[in-house]
Formats: sequence, structure tokens, C-alpha cells
Amino acid sequence: MSNRMGGSFLAHRTPQVANLERRLFLKRGLSVGALALLAGCELTDAESVQKVLWAMSRWNDRVQDWLFDPRRLAPEFPESRITRPFPFNGYYSESEVQVIDGTDYKLELGGMIRDAKPWRLPELYALPQVSQVTRHICVEGWSAIGKWSGVRFSDFLQRVGADTTAKYVGFQCADDYSTSIDMATALHPQTLLALRFADEILPPKYGFPMKLRMPTKLGFKNPKHIAAIFVTNEYPGGYWEDKGYNWFSGS
Amino acid sequence: MAADIKELVHPLVVRVTHWINVVAVLLMIASGWRIYNADPIFDFSFPDELTLGGWLAGALQWHFAAMWLLALNGLVYVCYGIIAGHFRRKLLPISPRAVLRDVRDALRGRLAHDDLSVYNAAQRAAYLALIVALIVMVLSGLAIWKPVQLHWLAMLMGDYEGARVVHFFAMAAVVLIVIVHVIMVILVPRTFPSMFTGRIRRAS
Repeated sequence: MSNRMGGSFLAHRTPQVANLERRLFLKRGLSVGALALLAGCELTDAESVQKVLWAMSRWNDRVQDWLFDPRRLAPEFPESRITRPFPFNGYYSESEVQVIDGTDYKLELGGMIRDAKPWRLPELYALPQVSQVTRHICVEGWSAIGKWSGVRFSDFLQRVGADTTAKYVGFQCADDYSTSIDMATALHPQTLLALRFADEILPPKYGFPMKLRMPTKLGFKNPKHIAAIFVTNEYPGGYWEDKGYNWFSGS
Repeated sequence: MAADIKELVHPLVVRVTHWINVVAVLLMIASGWRIYNADPIFDFSFPDELTLGGWLAGALQWHFAAMWLLALNGLVYVCYGIIAGHFRRKLLPISPRAVLRDVRDALRGRLAHDDLSVYNAAQRAAYLALIVALIVMVLSGLAIWKPVQLHWLAMLMGDYEGARVVHFFAMAAVVLIVIVHVIMVILVPRTFPSMFTGRIRRAS
């Protein structure tokens, strides 16, 4: 469309129009110069721009906390909707996935938890289990539907005497990953200490021996290979969060 | 020769919100293209040089900061447009036949825009379409951002994945309308200063 318009414009080219074009060219040249200046400002003020962007991200944390309805459930799907194969994702490639020995494994607890004794896998498998078929949404944009089963996290927190008035629950993982979540999401009924994927013991690529499954947060907030859980009032940050991804990242 | 009369064609609110919108839309599109590149839904990516943020997290920070500028500025503009009668005065009435006629004339290079205080039908259609596209953009963006908390909104667009597609095409519509708009300003350059001063010179 613009080509045809341009052609028609050229057909009516008069000296006045040519003159106009020259002036326009100059004007546009000026705007390019102005843009270059702006870019220069951005380079020198890069730090203050970063500060503003981080402050906006903290503001968005607060807005999302306010938007989060602890009773609203993420949609669940029939098993026929499950994405097969379910994609692998992590900060390393699939060939570098940690293979953890389940017999030696102990889940450590820390922070504001009354009964902070470590948990072995058979003890966790013996707790009441629930399942969900929900959509996992990656911060990159893609989504996939999967089935996870495990212990409802709010039940687990109650069982170990966690102080649920604290602000944060933090996760330290065997693959040197870490993340943290708000207490409201930790207590959400669909937040699971997932031990199984598609009815099988969680395979290494999906986070053996356990991952925290939250259909109310983006994928990177769902830590795999959890080694330690702690409850705290001090902002723990996380692997991707410290690099600039939004902390709350709620769905 | 009689003195020139300067006539107000663009109220201050429209001029201020227009230029804030320019900045907001540029920031949203440039950062949005970077976010798109992290997981393209179609078989192409945007050139990285045209994007903002440097990497996905940086682009997301820009996108979720500039969204406030876009939404709040847009809210002021739409409220003003409705309450002050600006939309009714400048964008209505609009008939499909007049739009087709003006678009055809424009393509033949024969569309007159002598009276800058009155929008022709092609302009009315383009500006209304831009307003609608930006509203769809904000709504689909909200659905992508909060597919659980705003599940009803996401379901209107075919859930999360549908909202991504809607968001993409709303962006494409905005880009297309902006390109045509800028070409028109280049073809009729005397419209440009009035977007700053608000006034046009009319020989009396």
C-alpha cells in the first residue's frame, strides 16, 4: 500500500514537493541525531535507568501480591490434554541434569520451622498425595500441560510447624539453583511438593527427587531437585530473580 | 492581505497523551519483540538491533514498566475523549462507504486534507482502529500476564495460548497503522507542527 502511495506521490513531483522532500530529509536527519543523543544519555545514565526498572519490578511484585487471590484455582485439564513429550527446561542443558541418589537423600528444613528434622524420601512418599493436571507457563512464553502428584505444600508446612505468618519460603536446590516465594502462594491449595510426574517417580530431568509445583507462578519459580526449604522474613531472592527476572512472577 | 488566524485543532490533553503514547508504544513494541524472540510463535524472529532490553529479563523489565505508562496515559486519553466529546466531535460519524471512498482516493493520491480541523473518513477509521487495537493489546497482555487471576479474560481469547496470538496480531495492527500514519504525516508535513502547537494557520 505504501509503495503505491509513494509511486503516486512521485508522479506528482513538482519543484515545491522536491523542496519539501529536502526539508523533510533534513528534519529526519535531525531526529536521527536526537535519537543518537538519547542513546548517549542512556549509556551514561544506564545505572539510573536500571534503578528505575528494578524499582518498577518491585512495584509489580506488590501489585501482583495484591492481585493474588489465595482461593482462586488455576484451571485443571483432562489427561488427554497433557503435552507429550513434556519439554525440559533449566539454566543448563538436558545432558547436564544432576542424577541424585535417592537412598542418601535428605530434605533439610531451616528458618522459622518448629520441627526442623530432615526428611527421607520414603517418609515423604508415605504422606497423603494429591494430583493435578495443570498448565506450566515458561517466562519465555511457551506453555505445556503436565500431571504432577505429591504432598500438598500447605499440609507439609503445617505438619513441620512452619511459621505461616512469615513472609517468604526459600528453596535451595541440589543443582545450585535457588528461588523463593511469598507465603500466600506457599499455602495455595494447588501448591504441591511434587514427587511424581505423569504417575511415575519424578525423573531426573523433571527434578528428582522433588520439585515445588505451583500452577499460579511461572515455570522458573518452580524449583527442581530441592535440597533445603527454609521459612524467613528476610527477602531470599533467587538464581534468576537476582539476574533481573521479576520476583513474584505470578500467573 | 488579511492577517492569519490561528485555529486550535488539537487540544492540549490530546497532544500530551499523543506524545507520551509515542514513547510508551515504542518501548512496548521494542521490548515486546525481544520477548517474542525468546519463543517465537511464528517462523521468524525480529532483528535484535530493533529490540530493547538486551536479553529476556531486561526486555521484560522494560515491558512491565512501560505498560503502566501505556495504560495510564491511554486511560486519560480515552476518558478525555469520551467525557469532553472529543471522540464524538472528531471521529464520528463514520460510515463504511465513506471510509472505502477515502481509502481509494488516498491510494490514488487524490485525497484532499485541506481542512486540518476535520478528519476525513480514512483518518477516522485509522484512529478508531488504533484505539481499538491498543485496547485489545492491553487486554490480551493482561490475559498473558495473569492467566489464572484473570482466567475469564484469558478464556475470551482462547486461554493463555490464544491470548498470545491475539497479543501478536494486535501488535501487528498497531505497527501497520503507525507506519501508515507516519507516511501520511510525511506526505502532508504541515500536519506535523500542529501536533506540538495545537494550532494551524488559516488564511482569513
